Amino acid sequence: MIELRDVSVAIGAKRIVSGIELEARPGEVAAIVGPNGSGKSTLLKALSGDLAYGGRIAINGREAAAMKPAEAAAVRAVLPQAATLAFPFTVREIVRLGLVGGRSGALAGEAERLPERALARVDLEGYAGRFYQELSGGEQQRVQLARVLCQVWAPVLDGRPRYLLLDEPVSSLDIRHQLMVMDVARDFAARGGGVVAILHDLNLAAMYADRIHAMHNGRLAAAGTPGEVLNDALIEKVFGCRLKVGALPAGGAPFVLPQSIVSH
Amino acid sequence: MVDQSIAGPAGMMARPAGDRSGRALLALAALAAGLVAVALFSLASGASDASALGVLRHWFSGAPADALSARDRVIIHDIRLPRVIMGVLVGAALAVSGAVMQGLFRNPLADPGLVGVSAGAGLGAVSVIVLGTTSLAPLTALLGPAALPLAAFCGGLAATLILYRVATRQGRTSVATMLLAGIALAALAMALTGMLIFIADDRQLRDLTFWQLGSLAGATWQKIAAAGAVILPALAAMPFLARGLNALALGEATAAHLGVPVQRLKYAAILCVSAAVGAAVAVSGGIGFVGIVVPHLLRLAIGPDNRYLLPGSALLGAALLLLADAFSRTIVAPAELPIGIVTAAIGGPFFLWILLRRRGIVDL
Repeated sequence: MIELRDVSVAIGAKRIVSGIELEARPGEVAAIVGPNGSGKSTLLKALSGDLAYGGRIAINGREAAAMKPAEAAAVRAVLPQAATLAFPFTVREIVRLGLVGGRSGALAGEAERLPERALARVDLEGYAGRFYQELSGGEQQRVQLARVLCQVWAPVLDGRPRYLLLDEPVSSLDIRHQLMVMDVARDFAARGGGVVAILHDLNLAAMYADRIHAMHNGRLAAAGTPGEVLNDALIEKVFGCRLKVGALPAGGAPFVLPQSIVSH
Repeated sequence: MVDQSIAGPAGMMARPAGDRSGRALLALAALAAGLVAVALFSLASGASDASALGVLRHWFSGAPADALSARDRVIIHDIRLPRVIMGVLVGAALAVSGAVMQGLFRNPLADPGLVGVSAGAGLGAVSVIVLGTTSLAPLTALLGPAALPLAAFCGGLAATLILYRVATRQGRTSVATMLLAGIALAALAMALTGMLIFIADDRQLRDLTFWQLGSLAGATWQKIAAAGAVILPALAAMPFLARGLNALALGEATAAHLGVPVQRLKYAAILCVSAAVGAAVAVSGGIGFVGIVVPHLLRLAIGPDNRYLLPGSALLGAALLLLADAFSRTIVAPAELPIGIVTAAIGGPFFLWILLRRRGIVDL
């Protein structure tokens, strides 16, 4: 389990995040939602070990700040919001970097072709030989996800759950690939791992998350199941926008919800 | 773009698409063979007609010493062989240092010569040459022949550390800041070097000028021992940085997420580069552009994977420097051109060519 107790993060003299209490359990997808600048990414960076924090962050009972990079890499993988690349690596070479730590947890038979398996998982079969820098933004994002999956291929290692920390994993994806990536996350949780994902799409959050944490001005405004959190009052408070949950567009205007998926 | 297919030649061991390790290993083998050939060629060529083949045959046959003329033996053993070994050490040190710096700064334009590291090392070396008999006399007395490489190492290290602190903020390195800070650092080191030259006597002055242009001419076994004691450990250590540098290509945060101890990696890289460049500069002066040309050519051929790029850079750097040295010895024989002029004449246009190809990465 990932447990955050009274976590605060300051960048310079400015306090970005404070008083965060959060639990992300294995077997579940935890979504973090909130407006731009509400501290979601900052919180995830503290959780990933990029930023110093106050309070406690425990991953499987171990204080995150006390973990060595290799230790932390064995229990969680992080998908960044954007990644620039300095040199012309192929897609396969990038995905293979997920194996640098050597704790993928893949079975002996899988290990050899793990980059290919991970690429197939994100619908990029046959892209292994392409140059990363020549792909579209959405394709690059899925290559990064494949790299992350390689790092924690087995959601449970040595009997302990592992975690995916995803910062806006679907931000540049088309609707089909949004669903596919969220399926990957849900499947990871279903097999015993845990997922913490920053999401902007409230419908995807409602569809895939077991728990939603809504952030506002660096604090947690609400936390609970989608049914508990997504209500008119909270959305107005957090997003400053008067929206009706569950209301259909007037006059039969078309709308498309991810929930309406039949099969894919 | 040109043909970007990366499948190996048919019939080779089957590797998955996008895996260039087979091609890279092949290239490493070819480079190693090439280096041996160039080294032999270099031993055999020069103003004298001493035959390297004769010497080799003599070495390996165990024939009595008088089978070889004494003059040839001196030329090969005391002049050409040290020069070849020195060329290999310096070429490898400069090229691998370039590759490691490019990985560290996440930019193909980083080069010890361009960003002031060599200038810093040069300042250290010139201090010892000029002040070694006066104000730094206790130091040179204490350290003996190690004083020069050590001073060059300290100068290079100081320059690298300052450069890194100035150009990198919150784990992000600004290319423009790096290049501009490098210019400023180099100018400062040059100014201080200039002051030292100003107070140097005539004999020192001639030494300095020749040394600043870069040359392998003064190679002796003693210099090789001093430089090799620094360069070889640094070269041996750098392959251990390869995996970490690969991960660093994705950025410092992501490298850390992958389990790489980024801070330790950076310090180790800075230390190795400063040591190797310092020692190389101390014995051979200002030989520029090896560190930028060699890794760039290799990346085009085998890709940017540092596990192959670093050893490949060592081999190609050594071979190219030996070729440049052979050229500089023969073009105006029996005199010789300082090799730094040759590498700069090739490297300068090459650098411009990279800039033209990658216009836009140096956004000011």
